[in-house]
Amino acid sequence: MTLVQTTRHLTRRLWLQHGARLGLAWAAVQAWPAQAQKMESGRLLSLAEMLDPITQGAPVRQQDVRITAPILADNGSLVPMTVQVQSPMTAADHVSHVYLLSQRNPVTRMAVFQLGPWNGRAEISTRVRLAGTQTVVALARLSSGEFRYGQMDIIVTESACVDAS
Amino acid sequence: MNLIRMQWPERITAGEVVKVRLLVQHPMDTGYLQDLLGKLVPRNVIRLLTCTLGPQEVFRVEPSSGIAANPLFEFFVRATDTAEMRVEWVDDRGNRGEFRQTLTVWPAASK
Repeated sequence: MTLVQTTRHLTRRLWLQHGARLGLAWAAVQAWPAQAQKMESGRLLSLAEMLDPITQGAPVRQQDVRITAPILADNGSLVPMTVQVQSPMTAADHVSHVYLLSQRNPVTRMAVFQLGPWNGRAEISTRVRLAGTQTVVALARLSSGEFRYGQMDIIVTESACVDAS
Repeated sequence: MNLIRMQWPERITAGEVVKVRLLVQHPMDTGYLQDLLGKLVPRNVIRLLTCTLGPQEVFRVEPSSGIAANPLFEFFVRATDTAEMRVEWVDDRGNRGEFRQTLTVWPAASK
């Protein structure tokens, strides 16, 4: 009688254990696509988190930088962007670097441009990829060591990180 | 196969600030997308692209996976005299691309 009881006890325990394992395996399978796409970057960075690694305490002001881009981008894989910086572009006072920063992309620093007085105008255009609706920041480093930035909100209907085409 | 195309205005006079359009043919694989069989395509993006006009490097960009496939760059340059524009790039796999095109500048007086 006691023997029967213990075996019944064990089977029930085994049942529970199998059930728990099955549940864990199912959870792992569910979590797999998210991990495969490395979409932990779904968190939006704050402005300080975007700027501080580059500026490192240098003075930063929101002025003189203008971003031109579509307010609503249908496809995040290709978003045309123009950055204009108000600068005389002389040897004494020019823009030396322009950083394109994304709030949501897995890679925050989308591109770094190096310019100089030989450019005549501090204006660049390119086409970027965006992983969803976010704020895009253009940060310009002046020859004096100061920084200027401009930002723009872009609504993206289709993220660049999911479409395989 | 021509992997790079550059474009600027037809007639450039000395001292003019001209807009240069540069188009590079490159897949710019991000490393986050899968191919049709579900395998991750390894990251392969242009690491560094430089434009040199004569002896002077006029434009340098370090793109990342955040730049769209077949990247387009537009920038301005002050043209003083006729010189050769040279474009060079390197990607993650170590592939290199190079392109040369002569930027013809007309003297300002002839206009």
